[in-house]
Amino acid sequence: MLAQVTHILGLTSIRRVRLLPVGGRVLVSPGQSVHASDAIAEADTAVRHLLLDVRRGLGLSRVDETHRAIVRKEGERVQEGDIIAETGGLFSRIVRAPVAGRIVTIAGGRVLLQVESRPLRVFAGISGVVSEIYPERGAAIESSGGLIQGAWGNGPFVGEGMLVVQLKSPDEEIKISQLEVSLRGSIVVAGYCSDAEVLRFAAQLPLRGLVLASMPSELIPVARGLDLPILLLEGFGRVAMNELAYRLLTTSDQRDASIFTAFNPAAGERPELFIPLPSIGQPAPETAYFAPNQTVRLQGEPYRGRIGTIGQVFPGLTVLPNGLRAPAAEVRLEQDTQVIVPLANLEVIV
Amino acid sequence: MTSVVDADSLLTIDIGSVNTRAILFDIVDGQYHFLAAGSAPSTWGAPFFDVGEGVHLAISRLQEITSRPLLGAENRLQIPTQPDGSGVDRLVVTLSAGKEVQMLVMGLLSEVSLESAQRLAASTYGKVVEAVGLNDMRRQDTQLDAVLQSGSEIVILAGGTEHGATRSVIKMVELLLLVLRALPSEKRPRVLYCGNAALAKKIQEVVGKYTEVQTAPNIRPGIDVEDLAPAAETLNRMIISLRGQQMSGLDLLEQISAAPVTLSAHAMGRLIRFLSELYDASKGVLGVDLGASSTTLAAGVGGKLHLNVFHPLGLGAGMEGLLKQIRPADLTRWLPMDISEEEVMDTLWQKTLYPAMLPLTGTTLAIELAAAREILRLATARMIERYPTLNLSFEPIFAGGAVFAQAASPAQALLALLDGLQPVGVTTFFIDPYGLMSALGAVAPANSILPVQILESGAFQNLGAVISPVSNARPGVPVLRVRLVFEDGNETRLEVKQGSIVPLPVRHGQAARIYLEGLRGTEIDPRRRTAGGFRIIGGVCGAWIDARGRPLVLSGDPGKRRETLLRWSQAVETRRPA
Repeated sequence: MLAQVTHILGLTSIRRVRLLPVGGRVLVSPGQSVHASDAIAEADTAVRHLLLDVRRGLGLSRVDETHRAIVRKEGERVQEGDIIAETGGLFSRIVRAPVAGRIVTIAGGRVLLQVESRPLRVFAGISGVVSEIYPERGAAIESSGGLIQGAWGNGPFVGEGMLVVQLKSPDEEIKISQLEVSLRGSIVVAGYCSDAEVLRFAAQLPLRGLVLASMPSELIPVARGLDLPILLLEGFGRVAMNELAYRLLTTSDQRDASIFTAFNPAAGERPELFIPLPSIGQPAPETAYFAPNQTVRLQGEPYRGRIGTIGQVFPGLTVLPNGLRAPAAEVRLEQDTQVIVPLANLEVIV
Repeated sequence: MTSVVDADSLLTIDIGSVNTRAILFDIVDGQYHFLAAGSAPSTWGAPFFDVGEGVHLAISRLQEITSRPLLGAENRLQIPTQPDGSGVDRLVVTLSAGKEVQMLVMGLLSEVSLESAQRLAASTYGKVVEAVGLNDMRRQDTQLDAVLQSGSEIVILAGGTEHGATRSVIKMVELLLLVLRALPSEKRPRVLYCGNAALAKKIQEVVGKYTEVQTAPNIRPGIDVEDLAPAAETLNRMIISLRGQQMSGLDLLEQISAAPVTLSAHAMGRLIRFLSELYDASKGVLGVDLGASSTTLAAGVGGKLHLNVFHPLGLGAGMEGLLKQIRPADLTRWLPMDISEEEVMDTLWQKTLYPAMLPLTGTTLAIELAAAREILRLATARMIERYPTLNLSFEPIFAGGAVFAQAASPAQALLALLDGLQPVGVTTFFIDPYGLMSALGAVAPANSILPVQILESGAFQNLGAVISPVSNARPGVPVLRVRLVFEDGNETRLEVKQGSIVPLPVRHGQAARIYLEGLRGTEIDPRRRTAGGFRIIGGVCGAWIDARGRPLVLSGDPGKRRETLLRWSQAVETRRPA
C-alpha cells in the first residue's frame, strides 16, 4: 500500500520549484546562488480599478462615436490629468484620467483603468542554486543539506537564520522567559508551546522562525495572524518531539538554516526546515510503499508521535483490537514492544 | 466509448479526496450483484499529481480480494471480459477529489434568479466567491474589483424569466465582458448561461469570443418555478472538464469509460432522484454522504432532486469547515465521557493533518462520532434553509461514509445518524459500507436495472426502521402506544414515554405489523398515514422508537447529559434483539 512520506534526513539533496500563480517577471538566472528569503519572481496584481463612462462624460449618444473620441489605447499608462478622450472642435469636451493608472480595456463607451496594483513575489524558500528557469513564472532551486518536514505550517512565510535549540528534552514546554533578546534573527527550536504570548513575543523580537514539536489548536488563529514562520513537527495537542527530529535538531544547534511554512499538502507544499551543508546528498524518495524494516511514525492515539520499525505488513484486512478491519502492519517500538497499527495511521520516515 | 446497457460485468472507480475505490459488479444467477471493493490512497495531489496510480492500486487491491485478474499487459485494464474470465465489460468513473471550484454567481433579483444560481452552485463541489445582482448597491468598479480578485473559475449567469427581462441581463453581460477583457486569457473563468433562453445564442456569440460558454435551460423559467436539473448536468460536465485540466490521468480514464466521468455528488443525486420515483412520493428519499472533504445531502421527492454539497465540511481536510462554524461545546455535548474541549479540538485539528487516520481508542472514536453528528446537524439545517418546503420526513435514508462503516457497532452508527439528522416520522436507515451510491448513480441513466438489483441484493446494510414521533409532552409522559403483531400471530404491546429511545423486539429480517396510537397530541408522521398499521422489517439494529423529541434537547448539566447519552446508548446496545 502507498504510504505517506515525511523526510527527516541529516543529508539529502533537494529541488524545489517556486512559481507565480500568474505571469510575471523572473528575477534570477540559471546558476545563480540564492538565499531562502530572496525573491525569485514577481508580478503585479491589480487590486483597484476605476470605470470611466466616457460616453456620458462627452455627452455622446453612440458607442462608436465615443470610441472614435478616445485617444488612448488598451495597455497604455496614463498620469493624473492626461486626456483620455476628446470630441474636438471649437467647444471640445474632454475626459481626463482622474488618477494615474493603466488602461485595461475600452468597451461599450467605457474605459477601465487599473489604478492600484500590488506586487506578488515568490521566494526561494531554501538557500541554493537556481537550476532551471520557468519563463514568466519562476525557477527551480537545488541544494544539499539536512531536511525536516513538518506536520503543519502557519502560512507561506520564509525565514533564515541561525538555528538555536531551546529544549533539553523532547517534551519540554517553552516559556516566554526563554526568548532572550540575543535570539533576535535566529530560528528557535522548542518543544511544546501553550502560551499565545510566546508566539507574539517571538514575532516581536523578531525571530526568523520558530520550530515547535506541538501546540494546542486554540493557538492556530494567533499563529496564522503573525508574520513569523511557525512550523509544527507533530501537530496539535501536547506531543513530544519525535526522537529522530530531536536528535537531528539538537546536533544542528548553531548552524545556519532556513524555514518555509507553506501548508498545502495536496499541492505538494509542506512546511520544512532546511540546514544547508557543503556535502552533496542523495535525493530522497517522495513516495514509498509499506514494507518491512521501514522507519515509521505512528499517528493517532494511543501511539501518537512514536517512532517504530515495520516488522511485517499483513496481507488483506486485519481485525484491530477495537473491531475495525483495515490493512495493518506489525510495528516494533522501542524496548521491543510490538503493536499492530492500521497502515492509515503510519507515515514512512525517510 | 461503449454503452453500459447490456453490460455483464461492471467496474466503477470513485476517486475521492483521500481514497480511490474500485468496485466490481457482475451478473450472478441472472441478477446483478456487488462482488467486492478495493481501496487505495488517491494520488491526484502531491507527489503524483496523477489519478492513475491510485486507480491502479485500487484495482490491484480488488484483484487480490476477488482473485480475478482485471489488469492485463502493461497494467492496463482489460476491457471487455476475456474468454478466460479476466477483465471487465465496462468501466464507469466518478470523482470528488480536487480543490473546491471558485464560482461567481450573477443574476437579477437576489431572491429570484440569484438565489437559484446560488442553489445551483451549492449543488456541487464549489464555493461562491462573489455574487453580483441588480440589487447590489456597490459602485460598478467596486463590483469589478471584487470579481477580478475573486479568482473565479466558473461564472453562473442567470436572470430573466422565459419571455421576460432581457435589458437587465444584458447589463450583467456588459459587466462580465469587462471582467473577461481585464483578465489574461488563461485566467478567464468559463461561463454557464442559464437565464432567459431568448438571449442564449447572443450571449454564446458575444461572450464566447473571450472564454468558453455553455448554455443550459433557464433555471428560473417563471418567477415561482425553479428547474436546476438541466443546468446541473451542464455544470457537472464543466467541472469535470476543468478537473481534466488540473489532474493528469483523468482523460485516459474517460477514454475507456462507458459513460462520461461524473462528479460523485452529482451521481449520488441521480440515484436518489431515481429512487424517489420508486418510493413513496409523499415522503421522499434522503441520501447522505459524509466524506473526508465534503458532505452531500441529496433529497429526492417524487422525482425532484434537492442536491446539497457542503465543502469544506467533512471528517478529514473538511474538518476545518466544521470547526470554524461551531463552538467546542457543540462537540463535547455529544460525548458520553468527560473529555476536555481542548482535547476534542486538538484531536479533530490533528485529523485535518492526517485525514485517513483511523480512530483506535474509544475516546477518539467518540470524538469522531460527535463531529459526524455536528456535521450532519449543520448540513441538515443549511439544507432546510435552502429548501424551506422540505421537511425531515424521509423513507428511506441511505448513509455513506467511513465513520458509519467504522463505528464500533451498527447501533452506534444509527444513533449518530438519528442525532445528526433528527428525522421525524417513520424512516428506514440503510448504510452504504462500500461507497456504492455514486457508482450506482453514475450507471443509473444508462442501466436502471443495475441499481435496483444491487439495492435488492443486500449490498446496503439495513440498519432498521426508526419511528420518531413528535410531541410537546414533558419527559417521562407516555406519548405512544405500540402494538406489534408478528407473522406467527404473536403480539407485543408497549407504551413509550417522551425522552426515551426504545428498541422494539423485532429481529433482523423479521417482519411485523405495527399499530401506533399517538397520545396527548403526538404526531407520528407528518407525511404518512399510520392509522390501520403498517409493515416493518427488522434491520441489523432491529427497529426503534425514538421518542426523544425534535429538536433533540440535551441537558446543560454535563453530568446529567453524559448520563442521558449513556442511557440512550445502553438502551439500543444492550436491548438490541438477537
